[in-house]
Formats: sequence, C-alpha cells, structure tokens
Amino acid sequence: MALAENRGAGRHRLPRFQRILWKIARVLGSVVITMLGLMFITFIIGRVMPVDPVLAVVGERATNEVYQQVYHDMGLDRPLLVQFGYYIWDVLHGDFGMSLLNARPVAEDIRRVFPATFELATLGVLFGVVIGVPLGVMAAVKRGSWIDQTARVVALIGYSMPIFWLGLMGLLIFYGILNWVGGPGRLDIIWEGMVPERTGMILLDSLLAGNWDVFKNAFSHIILPASILGYYSMAYISRMTRSFMLEQLSAEYITTARVKGLPERRVIWKHAFGNIRVQLITVIALSYANLLEGAVLTETIFAWPGLGSYITTALLSADMNAVLGGTVVVGLIFVLLNIFSDLLYQVFDPRAK
Amino acid sequence: MSEKPLLDIEDLTVTFPTRQGDFQAVRGISFTLGRERLGIVGESGSGKSMTGRAILRLIRPPGRVEAGKLELEGTDLLKLSEREMQKIRGQRISMVMQDPKFSLNPVMRIGDQIMEIYRFHTGAGKRAAYEKAIEMLEAVSIRDPERVMRAYPHEMSGGMGQRIMIAMMMVTEPDILIADEPTSALDVSVQTQVLSIMDRLVRERGMGLIFISHDLNLVASFCDRVLIMYAGKIVEVCDADRLHEARHPYTRGLLGSLPRLDEPRHHLEVLKRDPAWLDAPSVSGRQ
Repeated sequence: MALAENRGAGRHRLPRFQRILWKIARVLGSVVITMLGLMFITFIIGRVMPVDPVLAVVGERATNEVYQQVYHDMGLDRPLLVQFGYYIWDVLHGDFGMSLLNARPVAEDIRRVFPATFELATLGVLFGVVIGVPLGVMAAVKRGSWIDQTARVVALIGYSMPIFWLGLMGLLIFYGILNWVGGPGRLDIIWEGMVPERTGMILLDSLLAGNWDVFKNAFSHIILPASILGYYSMAYISRMTRSFMLEQLSAEYITTARVKGLPERRVIWKHAFGNIRVQLITVIALSYANLLEGAVLTETIFAWPGLGSYITTALLSADMNAVLGGTVVVGLIFVLLNIFSDLLYQVFDPRAK
Repeated sequence: MSEKPLLDIEDLTVTFPTRQGDFQAVRGISFTLGRERLGIVGESGSGKSMTGRAILRLIRPPGRVEAGKLELEGTDLLKLSEREMQKIRGQRISMVMQDPKFSLNPVMRIGDQIMEIYRFHTGAGKRAAYEKAIEMLEAVSIRDPERVMRAYPHEMSGGMGQRIMIAMMMVTEPDILIADEPTSALDVSVQTQVLSIMDRLVRERGMGLIFISHDLNLVASFCDRVLIMYAGKIVEVCDADRLHEARHPYTRGLLGSLPRLDEPRHHLEVLKRDPAWLDAPSVSGRQ
C-alpha cells in the first residue's frame, strides 16, 4: 500500500520533459482512435451502399470474365475486415485509391482541390474574426444600445438567409450590375496558368511569383465568396463573443479593475477579453473547420473547384474511393483543429495546466 | 473635529430605475470620514455596499448617484469627469472586496496585477514596480513573495488571496480604503490574521478606513465609530466602544439576537422590525 502511494505520488512529479512526452502520446493516441473510428464507419457505409464499383469500372457491356477479373483485382472477394486493413495500409502511405470517375489517384485530386478551399475558408474566417470579434465585444459593452441592436439584426440575417440566395444576389449585384468583382471561378481565363503552381493557392502563388495582375484578378474573384462565407462565421463569432463578454463583464474582478482606476478600454480588452480568449479560440476553430470542409453551396454557385464540390460530385456519381478520401481529410482537419485549440488552452488558461 | 475630514458626504442617494418605478438603495445618508476606522453595519440590502461603490462612482448606469455633497478633501467627486475619477480610484480611494476567489483576475499573474495598478498611477518602470510589489507583499506577511508574484490566483488560499488583494489596493498608498466584507469569505482562523494586517497598515499610513460588514461584534472590536444602516438609511451612529449603549431598537435588536458564550440562553431574541423605521429621517454621521 505504501509502495503504491509512493508510486502514485511519483507520477505527478515526473520531470517536465517526460510529462510533455506523456501528454503528446495521449494526444496522438486519441487522434489514432478517432481517425480509425471515422475511417471504419465511412468504409463500411461505402461498402454497403447499393452501388457496384466493378460495374462503374468495366461498364455495362463487359463479359462476366472481365467482371470477375476486375472484382478480384479490386480485392472485393476478400473479407470486409481484410479489405479495411488494406485500405488503412494504403491511406498510411498516402494512397486513397483510384477515383472510379476519372481513374486518377484520389490523393492527387484532393491535393489539387484542397488549396482552393483552404484559401477561401481562411479568407472567410479571417473576415469573420476581424469583424465579428470587435462587433461582439462592442455589443456586449454597449448592451441594449443601437450598436447591440444592429449587431443582433446583422447576425440574425447571417443566420437565416439561405447562402445560395445571398451568393446569387451578390453575383447579380456586385458582378452583374456593378461589375466591382470578378465572376465565378478562381481566375479569368486569360490569367489561367500564368504563375507557377507552388502552393495551389493562387493568391499566394501570384505573390510568390511577384505577379500583381494575377493577384489582383484572383482577389477580385475570391472576395465575394469569401465575404459571404465570412458573413456566416462573423454572425456566429460575434454572437458568441457577445455572450462570453457579458458573462465576464459582470464578474467581480472587473469591478476590481475599475477600482484600480484603469481606463475602460483596458478593463474591457485586457481584463475581460483576456478571460474569453480560450472559449473564443474554440468557437473560431470550429467555425474554421466548418468552412474548411468545403462550403458546398458556395463552391457550387461560384464554380469554385474546392473540396466541397469535389466530395459532392463524387457522392453523386457513387465514386466511393473519392468520398472516403474526402471524408478522411475533412475528419483529419477537424481533429487537428481540435488539438490545436486544446494546445492554445494550455497557453492561455493558467488553470488548465 | 477640528481637522478637515477626508471624506464629506451629505444626502447621498443611490437610485435604480425598475419597472415599478425608481428603487432607492441608499436614501439620503450623510457622514464624514477622518483618518479613522469607520464601520458600516447592516443587513443584506441595507445599502451598505452600495454606499461604498457610490463613493467610488462605480454604480453602473442606469443606476444613479446623487448627493448634496460628495467631497474628497474639498474635491467634489460628482463633478469630476470619468478620466479624472480614474485618477482618484486606486490612487486616492481603493476598495477590497469580499471574495478573493472572484475579485482577482484568474488569467493574470499576481505580480502583473499588483504592478499594473502601481505603474498606471505612478508611471514607474517595471523594475521599480516589481520592487514595490515585493515590498507590499512582504508588508502583508506573504512568505516567498517572488514565487507569489509569478503565481496565478487559483494557486493561492483564500487568506493569501485577500492579503494579496490588500497589498494590491494599498500599493499606491491611497488615503481611503473601503473594505467591503473583506473577511466574510474567509475561514474564521484566518479572519483575524487578515484583519490585523489591514489594521496595522491603515494605522501606519494614517489612512481612513470604511469597514463594511454585517458582523456587529467584529466591527465593534475593530473600528472607532460605527454607522448602523437599515433600509438605505443610517439609523444610528455610535462610538464602537459604546455600542452596548446603543438606543435605536434596530441596533438593540441586532445586539440582542446575537448568541453569547458567557450568557447561555434557551432561545434567542428575534429582531422585530417596525415599519416606522423606514420613514424615519436618516441620522447624520457627520462630525
């Protein structure tokens, strides 16, 4: 008993380095379990769907021999668990299989479409944070004032307006009538292929190449869909910021800060805001993850060749390898962003240590 | 008193608009504070905390503070701009609140919180502020102040937290300290310690102390003068050592309802409230 107690006590006094290693191991463990679960479920769904992948490859007029041959080649005659094992093995090697639709490796397709989504989502969430956070803070500080009311209405519209309608209206007004922005697509066709592809994000690639014309054109194309996506995350982020701030502003330590004679700006931004950072990070990360999985409707309206429209196309044409690959990537993004926000918790909240 | 008072308050009211009309939390009280220890005693809702906050002009709108006079050594606090008032808060008048668990910022290091107020009011550099903070922590009997400076509030016990709070609120050497139930959230065993530290500092620096509490005996043993508040008014003013001679039925009732070790009784008296007290004029605590 005494020995056990000693051991228990020793665990807490592990040297710092070992404690960090232990933490990393735990995080990695949870990632592996989550990803395995996700892959298993999508894999099973993919296999029980009433779609014949062999038929998709050989076509309707193939002979039975050809059919059987392909059936064997695709490994479909093996037990489900064995197939799953092979699938995981392949995924670990960065191989999501071949797309049944265009006979290209799915991994390559995803690598091609993901930067487009990443670029759009990042700009969108940036818009949401830059406008949403100050708006939420102002609404909380001036609770009940016209700022608060305006922020509420703006957010409500953001929540309730269908995105395809906003997208179409945006295109009609800003592209069709005013001609302030570029139309659908990532670039006008004459700029296509002008800069070497390094990251796949045209804004970044054109900057790297120092080509301002391409940058300007790409920016005029991305600004409208990014603002519309950003509007949604702004609505969410500003409402959450407001309620987090209201909770903190009534806390006793805020009175302390005022008793200390600090100016209101410092009371709000240093003391109250310092206490909502952690919660806010989670909200922003979730909202970012939502955008990263690909805003299907936005990508469709703006002919944006991103992950959302890729997965949708794959799903509609029963291209299960592509659907599986896309799902795994989206899942991985969610898991990684969660880990990232957990890490920031550790940094910003002394109580989490 | 020949000496000019630190704080001179006449006809102070604190009003909150509600749907049923205005509610007055403090209803026209007057008192002065010299370099003394003044106790304000009363039950919950008697307006004693509101009085403390009104002096610092910390009643948030839509609440209103009105007074015939609210002067700090001749300066009319109600006429100051918000910016000028910020110079008074923390620098001339400070306040220690009830529970250090909630009144210290949980995500800021203790050292930063103490240095913040000092640097803000004196414009001192980091090094000077650090040394001053250490000195203050030592003055409130904190052992190992360097470690405490780096720590976060949740790592402190209640007694330590309250001593840190006192150190923080006194680092600028204010003239007046308002202590709003500073020991109610603490264990009985550390209450005395915190009180004696506060008492020593207030005496050494010749400050004025407003000690708000619901604990009559504590106030009687700790203060020079006591204001008894009821329903937003002062019902009685007396010297602390003559509290047992108090005449007002409310005060007598409060005293009578306290259990005593040396006089065991079968049942305690229950305080009977007379509605007439509500409309009686406030007693002046001016000297």
